[in-house]
Amino acid sequence: MIRKIIKGFRKNKLACIGVGYLTILLAVALFAPWISPYDPYAMHLDHILEGPSRAFLLGTDNLGRDLLSRLIYGTRTTLLASFIIVSITCCIGTVLGTLAGYYGGIIDDTIMRIVDILMGLPQMVVALGMIAVLGPSFTNILLLLSLLTWTDFARLARGGTISLKESEYVAAARAYGASTFRIIFKHIISNNLAPIIVMYTLRMAYTILTLSGLSYLGFGIQPPTPDWGNIVSIGQQYILVSPWMAVFSGVAISMTILAFNFIGDGLRDFLDPRQRVRMQLKK
Amino acid sequence: MLAIPTVIFLTVIVFLMLRLAPGDPVQIMLGLTSIVSEDTVASLRKEWGLDKPVYFQYFYWLKNLAKGNLGRSIQTHQPVAAILGGRIVNTLKLCSVAYIIGLCIAFPVGIISAIKPYSIIDSFATTIALIGVSVPTFWLGLVLIILFSVKLRLLPMAGMGGIQYYILPSITLGTGLAAGLTRMIRSSLLEVLSQDFITVTRAKGLPEWIIIIKHALKPGLIPILTMLGFWGASMLSGAVLTETVFAWPGMGRLLVDSLLARDYPVTQACILVGGIGVVLVNLLIDLGYGIVDPRIRYD
Repeated sequence: MIRKIIKGFRKNKLACIGVGYLTILLAVALFAPWISPYDPYAMHLDHILEGPSRAFLLGTDNLGRDLLSRLIYGTRTTLLASFIIVSITCCIGTVLGTLAGYYGGIIDDTIMRIVDILMGLPQMVVALGMIAVLGPSFTNILLLLSLLTWTDFARLARGGTISLKESEYVAAARAYGASTFRIIFKHIISNNLAPIIVMYTLRMAYTILTLSGLSYLGFGIQPPTPDWGNIVSIGQQYILVSPWMAVFSGVAISMTILAFNFIGDGLRDFLDPRQRVRMQLKK
Repeated sequence: MLAIPTVIFLTVIVFLMLRLAPGDPVQIMLGLTSIVSEDTVASLRKEWGLDKPVYFQYFYWLKNLAKGNLGRSIQTHQPVAAILGGRIVNTLKLCSVAYIIGLCIAFPVGIISAIKPYSIIDSFATTIALIGVSVPTFWLGLVLIILFSVKLRLLPMAGMGGIQYYILPSITLGTGLAAGLTRMIRSSLLEVLSQDFITVTRAKGLPEWIIIIKHALKPGLIPILTMLGFWGASMLSGAVLTETVFAWPGMGRLLVDSLLARDYPVTQACILVGGIGVVLVNLLIDLGYGIVDPRIRYD
C-alpha cells in the first residue's frame, strides 16, 4: 500500500504540496527552540503592537512578544493536540466499529445507536459547554473532544468490516483455526486501513479547525501558552491598531488545514477504488 | 427514529453540566458573589430538591423543563425563556440568510463543475471550494472586517440593524456551507452521471444540462440531503463563532457570554435549544429522503 501511496502522490500535485508543507511544519514544530528568533514568552516592552520589521519579522503582540516565535511554538501546541485527539478517536472508532460489524446483532445495535445519538448532537457546542464548565485544561479538551467525535471512524470501520467478514480469505483464516482476535486485527482492520487513513487526514483538518475555534472563543488552549487560535483572539482586540496578529495566525491555521485537506483528497482519489475506476473512465 | 433518545441524552448532558461544575450547585445558582447564610442555603437546597438523589434531581429538573421553566439568569435574574426568545429569532435570521447564500452559490457552481469535470473551470471551482472549507469561520469574519470595515469603511463592523449589517456575517457563515456543498454536489452528480440510465439519456441526444437538471439531480440529492443535515450542527457552531466575531445579538453570542460569566441556567438553555434545533433539522431531512427517493417509506 505504501508503494501505491507514493505512486499516487507523484501524479497529484496538490497532495504533493500538502505533504511538502506538512513536512516543513513538522520540522518547525520539532526544532522550534532553534528556529524561533526570540523566546515566545519574552516581552519587549518598547516594541508593543509593532508591524512587521527587520527585527520582528511578523511584528509583535500586545505584550511586545515576537509574533513569529509565538506562531512557531503554536505549531507544536496545535499539531500535538490534534494528533492526540484524532489518534484516540481513530482507535476507539475503529475498534468499536469493527466489533459492531463483525459480531452484528445486539453489539452492533448498541454501538451504532450510540453513534447515531452522538452524531445527532451539535458536537462542538456540547464540547464547548462541557469544556467551559469543567475548566479548559489540556486534558479536559483532549478527553471531551475524543469522546464526542469517534463516530465517523466507527461508521467507516463497520461498513468495511461487514463486506470483509464475508470474504473468502477471512473464511479461510477461520478454517485454519485463527482466533477471533487475530481475524479482527490481522485480517479485517489491516485490510480496512485505506479508508481509515483517508478519514484520519480529513479529521486532522477538522480537529485543527475545531481546536482553533475553541481557543478563539477563549475555551481552548489558554494563554500565555502560544496557540494559533488564542493569538487570533487577542489579535481581534487590537484589530484597529495592528491587524497583523489576527491575519498571520489565521493564515497559519488555514494553510495547515488546507494541507491536510489536499492530502486527504489526494489519498481518497487513489485509495478509493470506486473513484479510481471513474477517473480512468474519464481519461 | 432516533430523535427521542438523542433529545433524552442531550437533557442528561445538560443536566450533568451543572452537577459537574466545580462548587456547590446552590452557591453556583445564587452567583459566586452573593453571600447567604447557611440556613438559606439549606432551605434552598430542599426547595430545589438538591437533598434528594441525583436521578430524582434529574426528573425534577425535567418536570420543570416540560413546564417551560428554564430557571432564572444568575446575572440579570430575568427568566431564561424571556432572554432566549429574541436571541433565537436573531440567530435564525442570520442562519437563514447564510443558508440561502450557501445554496445559491453551491448549486450552480457544483452543477457547472459536474458538467465539465477536470476542465479549467472545474479545477478552479474545486480549489476555491477546498480553500473555503479550510478557512476558519472566525478568521474569515475578521479578515472581512479588516477589509470592508476598517480599510474601505463600507460596511459596519459589528451589531445588528439594516441590510448592511447582514452582509459580512452571513457571508462569513455561508462560505463554509457553500464550499462544502459545492464539493458534495459535484461528486454526487459525477457518481450518478456514470450510471446506465444516464447513458440512455445521452443516447437520446439530450443536452448535458438537461440531463443533469432533469435526470441526475434528483437521485444525486440523497447524499446532498445527508450533508445538509450535518450542516444543521455545523451551522450552530458556525453561528457561535460568527456571532462572537460580529457581536451579533443571537443565541451563539449569548452562549459564549453566559459561559464567560458562569451563568449556568442560560448556558443550559442555549445548549438545549440549539441541540433540539439540530435534532429537528435532522428529522426534517429524514422525512425529506422519502420525498426525494420514493423507495424509502416510513411506517
